[in-house]
Amino acid sequence: MSRLRQLRDRWSATIDRVRDWWHDASGWQRWTLYGLLIVLALFAPSQAVGSVMSPFTDWPSLLFNPIGIYILLALGLNIVVGYAGLLDLGYVAFFAIGAYTLAYLSTKYGWSFWPLLVLGIALAAVSGVILGAPTLRLRGDYLAIVTLGFGEIVRITATNTDEIGGARGITNIPHPPDLPGVEFLLDPLPYYYIVVGLIVLTIVFSRRLEHSRVGRAWNAIREDEDAAELMGVPTFKFKLLAFAIGAMIGGMAGVVLAGKVIFIEPNNFPFILSATIVAAVVLGGSGNIPGVMLGAFLIAWLPERFRGFAEYRILFFGAALVLVMALRPEGLLPSRRRRAELREGSGGMGSLGAEVAGPGAADHVEAKG
Amino acid sequence: MLADVLPQLGPATVGGLAFGAIYALIALGYTMVYGVLRLINFAHSEIFMIGTFAALLVLNIIGLSGPLSGFALFGMLLLLFVAAMAVSGGSAVLLEQIAYRPLRRRGGSRLAALISAIGASIFLQELFALLVIPDVFDRPQQGGRLPVPGPRIVDRDVVFTIGNADVRIDQLIIVVAAVAMMLLLNQVVNRTRIGRGIRATAQDPESAVLMGVSIDAVVRLTFLLGGAMAGVAGVLYLMEFENTNYFVGFLLGIKAFTAAVLGGIGNLRGALLGGFLLGLVENWGAVLIELIPGVVGGSQWKDVIAFVILVIVLLFRPTGILGESLQVARA
Repeated sequence: MSRLRQLRDRWSATIDRVRDWWHDASGWQRWTLYGLLIVLALFAPSQAVGSVMSPFTDWPSLLFNPIGIYILLALGLNIVVGYAGLLDLGYVAFFAIGAYTLAYLSTKYGWSFWPLLVLGIALAAVSGVILGAPTLRLRGDYLAIVTLGFGEIVRITATNTDEIGGARGITNIPHPPDLPGVEFLLDPLPYYYIVVGLIVLTIVFSRRLEHSRVGRAWNAIREDEDAAELMGVPTFKFKLLAFAIGAMIGGMAGVVLAGKVIFIEPNNFPFILSATIVAAVVLGGSGNIPGVMLGAFLIAWLPERFRGFAEYRILFFGAALVLVMALRPEGLLPSRRRRAELREGSGGMGSLGAEVAGPGAADHVEAKG
Repeated sequence: MLADVLPQLGPATVGGLAFGAIYALIALGYTMVYGVLRLINFAHSEIFMIGTFAALLVLNIIGLSGPLSGFALFGMLLLLFVAAMAVSGGSAVLLEQIAYRPLRRRGGSRLAALISAIGASIFLQELFALLVIPDVFDRPQQGGRLPVPGPRIVDRDVVFTIGNADVRIDQLIIVVAAVAMMLLLNQVVNRTRIGRGIRATAQDPESAVLMGVSIDAVVRLTFLLGGAMAGVAGVLYLMEFENTNYFVGFLLGIKAFTAAVLGGIGNLRGALLGGFLLGLVENWGAVLIELIPGVVGGSQWKDVIAFVILVIVLLFRPTGILGESLQVARA
């Protein structure tokens, strides 16, 4: 255990140094790094990388799903959980709605992928508002159970509705139409590039939001909803907005997934997937885009990388979640602001009730007054 | 149409009460931990699962030859209760030590504790599927993911009939045992010294510490009591359904948590009320939904009905039917 603590402290020190460097970095340094990262993403599916990263499974397919899809979902959930501080345990519902939109309308009415991408995003946003409007007035933990229920309702309804295939799901979902020079067939590469494009868009979108009036309103809501309301922030409106935007990104991921996989069924969207995405966000560092992406990558990639351990990988996954949270409850790469909040004790999500006075806990008591 | 449906409501009521009693017992664990720690103990469903297997292990060791009745039945149930309560309660305490205590010490957020709980839940399920069920329950061929059958403890004799609803002995045992256990728990929390510690901590942990309450002892006891109730639920579940599996806690856990929220989380009576109400409403709903043209197989919609009811109740009573009375509401 002490060895692990040493490791953790060395990790913290490294991260702090990188963070400070990034904070002081000039514009061209940042743009160079952005460029390098995009080049890295474009060359990631090569064989040389694949043989190291994934000796057991086809690496490009793995990069598309689960890695790319999980990163997209985690970025979307990050807006809800990381920015606005709302615990959504039914996020997979929006993913399912996106996937079913494409699957149903393309098989029944022959609609094509690109308009359905837009429609899927819109439908997910609408369902986000439908779920959020009655429930977002609830306090944190009640919201968690209601969203969990919503996720289950969507899955069970899909299972019991014959019009959308019932428990058998929908088969023969068409691939996206060919673009000039690009064919969408079984090769995962074109889909991977779509996902990379959408991830870049989502990152830009998230960052713009984070540093806008909306982002500041979310910050205020997350840290103290009552105070935010008193300061004139229309909290309900902004919470609903966070829900809708998060849902849009989830729906988008669903449409893209269904465009590739040919076949979907309700059991592709279980509760455990919602929990996994929440785990990715928190493990990486909720509210911090690089952290969230790292968390999603690790959670998607590690179980595949260690297929050698066959069945035991899920067991280790569970144990690893407990261990990482015990060692580093703020996540692997928390944002600067988040870390400051955690030092104060509450982390913006409320602390455990019966906390034994530890470092920072006393400040929290005073602040609560 | 209505004439077909109405006669089903009686049996649905009896079945709903029996199911609701099991929900209520599990809900007590969620509600107590939430009251004291403000934490959704997601791994509590696995504590229930462990309870079913503890009971099954005892039954396997004894080697039950046939259904029991009278004193033999009473003694057997008592033995199963004690064993399952000890194992489940012990596991719950262990869970708290490993998964939650380090987080409490470091002042981790509730979100971090939730992830830790989900991790612990996954770990325990896989532990049973991969190691415990194949080895301890001797099923290497079948694998750990298939249901493990249990023996019949009690015959399904009808004790009495109300209207057109038969009340069977097993259903009666479930409801009576559950209510008795809850009364016992209520006494412990409201009448004993350590129970006062629990209530004090739930109300205001900082002041409780100043008044000399040992938070660690209170938290340990909370998990022990909640776990023991889940153990009782495990025995009753095994008796009623005569099989169990590594995943059995998942849906029951979610429903029980729903029941706890429905009644008012952090509130023991709320858990009781919420459990029975949820059992009744989802059974009635499953019958009544078949009145809608085109809907067949109402029981498949049970879970949807349960969650819809939860949302409706929370819209009008945002802190559940009875409110969060174990402690003063804190933001």
